[in-house]
Amino acid sequence: MTKRTFRRAFKDSLPIMAGYLALGIGYGVLLQSKGYSFWWAILMSVTMFAGSGQYAGVDFMASGASLLTTAFMTLIINCRHFFYGVSLLDKYRGTGVFKPYLIFGLTDETYSITATVKLDDTIDAKKYYFFLTALNHSYWITGCVLGAVLGMFLPFSSEGIDFAMTALFIVIMVEQWLDSKEHLPALLGVGTTVLCLIIFGAEYFIVPALAFIAAELMIFRKKLDKTTEEAKADD
Amino acid sequence: MTNLHPLFQVLIMAAVIAFTRFLPFIAFPEGRKRPAVITYLGSVLPYAIIGMLVVYCFKGVSVFQYPYGLPELIAAAFVVGMHVWLRNTLISVFGGVAVYMLLVQLVF
Repeated sequence: MTKRTFRRAFKDSLPIMAGYLALGIGYGVLLQSKGYSFWWAILMSVTMFAGSGQYAGVDFMASGASLLTTAFMTLIINCRHFFYGVSLLDKYRGTGVFKPYLIFGLTDETYSITATVKLDDTIDAKKYYFFLTALNHSYWITGCVLGAVLGMFLPFSSEGIDFAMTALFIVIMVEQWLDSKEHLPALLGVGTTVLCLIIFGAEYFIVPALAFIAAELMIFRKKLDKTTEEAKADD
Repeated sequence: MTNLHPLFQVLIMAAVIAFTRFLPFIAFPEGRKRPAVITYLGSVLPYAIIGMLVVYCFKGVSVFQYPYGLPELIAAAFVVGMHVWLRNTLISVFGGVAVYMLLVQLVF
């Protein structure tokens, strides 16, 4: 059963292997271009295991951001993970010794599979989640280190490679946009942040933007909330 | 002299990321019901946050100075176009980076 479970996890992880190797290589090259060797690629991909978090992290390191700024920005970029966890509370129940690692490795990509996968009785679910998470982690580490090594021998200038983070966020946004009929949250996010950037300036706009966005989402709750009976009853 | 600042940054980032992943499991232990407002925010906040982060990526662009943010605008439009067309993350990201690198290195 373990063998069968592993095979299934491996098969499901293949699309992620392609994505992680490529994004990891891009990340390693970026890291190298800012003067950080592949030791940093290993350290960051093992301990952080987060695409957008690590891409942004290079920016914080290269610009010498304070520890407080680094912590705060990382919190904002990764707070979406909180909500992944909320929706997996039931699935990850009773996974025993694997649970801490499953939670540690809950990336966007792993989530996209564990949240939707349907497993029959021939598969040991908790081992499946573990294999999937560990395989994805190993692809990510491999990609990051490969990129950092390749980056040393890059035959052209890597100026502009920082755009990878922008492109990644744009892709996530387009993906969300095409998947959803309700665009108000995305529009509030963009519009509010642009206004705050103009009003408060590039140094200080994130905190007010976040506060205004949260307030606006609460104001529009009746219109937007399709998750709870309570909201439906209010209509 | 070894500069330890980046090392501390990595450790803090790793701790914060782990915190965001562990918090729901700590706050809502097995069997406890979660508040409706959390479920609601979980359904809308990820969309708003990504919108915010896209704008964050452009915070250093000067719209009133040469090249007026044109490389960013063109490359971003390319990423959106490619992704709506093919919906392949790798093609969109790598294509966008390639376009941007060509623009900043050779055109502007």
